[in-house]
Amino acid sequence: MKQTAGISGLFHDPDAVLKAAAELRRAGYRRFDFHTPYPLHGLDDAMGVERTILPWISLAGGVIGAAVALHLQWWTGAVDYPLIIGGKPLFALPPSIPITFELTVLLCAIATVVGMFALNGLPRWYSRWQNDDHFLRSTDDAFVVTVDAEDGHYHPEKTRVLLESLGAEHVRIVEYEDQ
Amino acid sequence: MRTATDKHRQDSWDIDGAGTLAVHPDEIREPLFEGKPALRDVTETVSGVVEGKPTKLWYATITLTGGLAGWGILTILYTIVTGIGVWGNNQPVGWAWDITNFVFWIGIGHAGTLISAILFLFRQKWRTAINRAAEAMTIFAVICALIFPIIHTGRPWVAVYWLLPLPNQMEMWVNFRSPLLWDVFAVSTYFAVSLMFWFVGLVPDFATLRNRAKNAIAKTIWTFVSFGWTGANRHWHRYEKAYLILAGISTPLVLSVHTIVSFDFAVSVLPGWHTTIFPPYFVAGAIFSGFGMVLTLMILARKLLNLEQFITVKHIENMNKVLMATGLMVGYAYGIEFFIAWYSGNPFERFVFINRAFGPYSWAYWTMVTCNVFIPQLFWFRKIRRNLMITWVISIFVNVGMWFERFVIIATSLHRDFLPSSWGYFIPTWVDVSIFAGTVGLFLTLFLLFAKYIPVLAISEVKGILPGAQPSHLHH
Repeated sequence: MKQTAGISGLFHDPDAVLKAAAELRRAGYRRFDFHTPYPLHGLDDAMGVERTILPWISLAGGVIGAAVALHLQWWTGAVDYPLIIGGKPLFALPPSIPITFELTVLLCAIATVVGMFALNGLPRWYSRWQNDDHFLRSTDDAFVVTVDAEDGHYHPEKTRVLLESLGAEHVRIVEYEDQ
Repeated sequence: MRTATDKHRQDSWDIDGAGTLAVHPDEIREPLFEGKPALRDVTETVSGVVEGKPTKLWYATITLTGGLAGWGILTILYTIVTGIGVWGNNQPVGWAWDITNFVFWIGIGHAGTLISAILFLFRQKWRTAINRAAEAMTIFAVICALIFPIIHTGRPWVAVYWLLPLPNQMEMWVNFRSPLLWDVFAVSTYFAVSLMFWFVGLVPDFATLRNRAKNAIAKTIWTFVSFGWTGANRHWHRYEKAYLILAGISTPLVLSVHTIVSFDFAVSVLPGWHTTIFPPYFVAGAIFSGFGMVLTLMILARKLLNLEQFITVKHIENMNKVLMATGLMVGYAYGIEFFIAWYSGNPFERFVFINRAFGPYSWAYWTMVTCNVFIPQLFWFRKIRRNLMITWVISIFVNVGMWFERFVIIATSLHRDFLPSSWGYFIPTWVDVSIFAGTVGLFLTLFLLFAKYIPVLAISEVKGILPGAQPSHLHH
């Protein structure tokens, strides 16, 4: 059965995108987005995108990495199998720094990448917009605005008029096949 | 305030309403790209390489490099089956060719991370034209590097127990107090983080290819690896944050990796190795050698893949400046090592350095100094920095010189032991040479596969810095 994904339109001018984003937000829309071939500076503010919590996830990854590394080196060397090598102490901070640093970076990086994809809901190999020609151009040379049909303010006609008044071209309703 | 239409007049010295010059610094600087590429030109140029059929030259080259890699694999098998006695290293030179190659390849990788992380934090826009290829080189170089310590263990299938803290029936653990183990963690972290960084950068470009794909197989592959990237701005928001964090943590990481590699030597008590200058000296040398390799391959790639519009002479000149700066640091380190050897008053220390320059390996020492210190001085001349032929030749000298630097540090410090009765002279065997040639073949093969099947330019990043690509209010 065909379902309506929402309405989409094309932009070519980055300034018009910023203006449209601010206007859509002012009109009360929340479930809209711009699909762009590269990140547009200033669009986050215009759209009112909330700051991501990703840095905290990264921090947590780094802290866990440091804790795991220190614990691993101390427990294996000084507790589980104490073995004096070269007359060195069983555990000391200075020689433990390199591995602590490396594991901090490693777990921080994993947390960042996994966190970024998870927060974005990726990987998800299907998008409601994917069969629309606009969507295909959004990775090439156009900025594509999409307003979800599920948005409270969505109205097939009024939304179209609003988008056109903001300078969007080829505004049209996009449908997808519901399986 | 400038309006949207003003953007189209960026190439002229336009006057704004207040009568003052409204010219952005970027408009005075030499442009990063030739002509005025549009967004679509970037998509077409880069995707065109991936979507087109490989050329005859590509097939011919990859046959050659693949053959070399195959020969390397055969000689590695020969080494494992026979034992590492087929190599030339023996007392007193217990570390020789293999560790030289290891350090050489790890160093090559450093340019990629410098370009992708450090230049990103410094907002060097020119990095976007070369970062993808340089990051690819990082990953391939680390793969080549990892081969050497693993096969030097003699029995690679049990090496995992010697390298990683895995529970085993002897209930013993790896020695965390050894710099060699620090190195295991440093290099494997470096590999993993570089790979993730590279992949994150590739996701939007894979999505571009997916949206252009004509046949079902290509579409399936690109859909899968693009993770279903939609380019939604709410996604870009987190993506950019992730990119910034990765750049932020990769910056100390890249400095730490060669620092820890240098600890393999510096933490020992051997004259010639036991020096506090090693960490910065190794890091500078690594970036120097890495840029040498990036230049060697990119000067060829930009020509063969028709990327001259995006990788311009300005990019080459900027890399040459980095090359010269790091080359001077390396030269300074060579000098200061001699000063400290004299200043220490330690006869063994002095002997090692005098022997390095005038002993049996002096030929290697002076090859190193000539390639790394003397020849790059030509880059003081702007004409030479902007001459691609000469730059390419100099980059080859840098590659050779930096290989010799590691060889000089390792072999000359070992071949004169404390007792003259234990003196020796290392000569590589045909197996040593074959395995190194094999890794060169492997590196080039991987690079050729990359250059054909993966976008060689970061499409989304290049688009983001094209003139007029960003909202105009940011020009004020």
